[in-house]
Amino acid sequence: MTATQSSPLTLISKSASTKTQAVPPLVEQLKGGLDAPICLTWELTYACNLACVHCLSSSGRRDPKELTTAEALAVVDELADLQVFYVNLGGGEPMLRKDFLDIVDHAVSRNVGVKFSTNGYYIDKAAAERFAATDLLDIQISLDGFDAETNDAVRGKGSWEAARRAMDNLADANFGEFKISIVATRHNVDQLDDYKKMADEYGAQLRVTRLRPSGRGVDSYQDLRLTHPQQQQIFRWIMDHPDVLTGDSFFHLNALGKDTGETLPGLSMCGAGRIVCLIDPIGDVYACPFVIHDEFMAGNVRDTGGFASVWRESDLFQELREPGAAGACASCNAYEACGGGCMAAKFFTGIPLDGPDPDCALGHADEAVAAASAAGVVPQPSQDHSRRPVTLGAKPS
Amino acid sequence: MPSGSADAATQKRPQADHPLAFDSSAKWERSAKIGLRPEPFGALAYHFDTRRLVFLKSAVLVQLVDGLVDHDSADAAIEAIVEPTDDRSRQAHVKALASLAEAGVIEPVTTAISSVG
Repeated sequence: MTATQSSPLTLISKSASTKTQAVPPLVEQLKGGLDAPICLTWELTYACNLACVHCLSSSGRRDPKELTTAEALAVVDELADLQVFYVNLGGGEPMLRKDFLDIVDHAVSRNVGVKFSTNGYYIDKAAAERFAATDLLDIQISLDGFDAETNDAVRGKGSWEAARRAMDNLADANFGEFKISIVATRHNVDQLDDYKKMADEYGAQLRVTRLRPSGRGVDSYQDLRLTHPQQQQIFRWIMDHPDVLTGDSFFHLNALGKDTGETLPGLSMCGAGRIVCLIDPIGDVYACPFVIHDEFMAGNVRDTGGFASVWRESDLFQELREPGAAGACASCNAYEACGGGCMAAKFFTGIPLDGPDPDCALGHADEAVAAASAAGVVPQPSQDHSRRPVTLGAKPS
Repeated sequence: MPSGSADAATQKRPQADHPLAFDSSAKWERSAKIGLRPEPFGALAYHFDTRRLVFLKSAVLVQLVDGLVDHDSADAAIEAIVEPTDDRSRQAHVKALASLAEAGVIEPVTTAISSVG
């Protein structure tokens, strides 16, 4: 494994910029959808040893209808035929599947690169060495606080230690540049410099993504979401750290750059059903990993025609590829910059899909979020595999 | 927490594997480490080592990348494949190839030193 194997998806056509750029026609074409996704997330199981309060898939218990090994390998074959260059495996905790390595090995053998997200509990020394010897494999370890107190309040007691042990094992095995993945919350946003130092010390790459009110995040969102001053803070921090990955997830904050012409790196568009999607553990295909809800379910990989038919022909995905209306944001002079933000975040906070992002950096959604929350009209996820009631742990002071 | 969207970091650090400046008078070819997927706008190129994804934003650019190997220089390939009508078009394609070289999509063809004997 080479030292440069990480850094997924660097876009040559668009970079962090201090100049105003016209929207390239390419983005418009991407909005119309592609024959196959650029980037696909595949949650392998709903089983998880942890019970994170913001879990986007409300994971915990395995679902009896999860894809069999044969079905999973067939999905890999289909993705290979579609020339999906790489797949993000997650869960739940994907390493809990007994056939996890079979699925990884098959993907790699078909030239489908694998990045998987894990809490790190099962990356012991032997596993780290096995992974280090596997080509086209990238590992992303979740750590939602720089210190144990901050992390464990969200991810559960002992999870910080497990994640650090996994990182140590990967470093000892000379895995190369793994990723440390952080969901930015109001409790860890001040720790980003510390995280960066940690990543540099490991020779790892830092990845910071946005908290969404999805899955169990519906309940923890109000306690964890960034404040308006923190949105300013993280916008600036990301602009100052162009080597940090963001999953293109903070594009709603581009409203903050409207006067200076600054835009965050990335495509700055919602890719749901256009360039990304999610396959869940039972084979259901959703528009993106953050909208596991019946309204955004396009079909199932077990249907006739398989994944390709769902991607290309489902009514839902066709609809998502139509040009969207600016709706309530039409009169805002930042709409060009933020595009109205994240569909999933709007949906799970009870805001119309043509309304402002709940985390609109200009505060245009504050009243609507409060009103929807007070009226109790916030949609709940359609499925829940939680093992037991999950509550936010002791909050760090 | 897996993300559903594409990681799109800009890399400010130099690409250690591709430190060479782009010389359009040299012979180039598409890297063997690249996967190309045809798309309506051109193609998606994916570098299996660096995991970088690159958009080739026109069909002619895709033809150019694939056709480089048949010409003695990138300049000659541009003349033959793009058939530029003016210097501006010519320069635009040199610049595009330079970006692709930086991303490792294309590589210089190193002439094998044949052993004498």
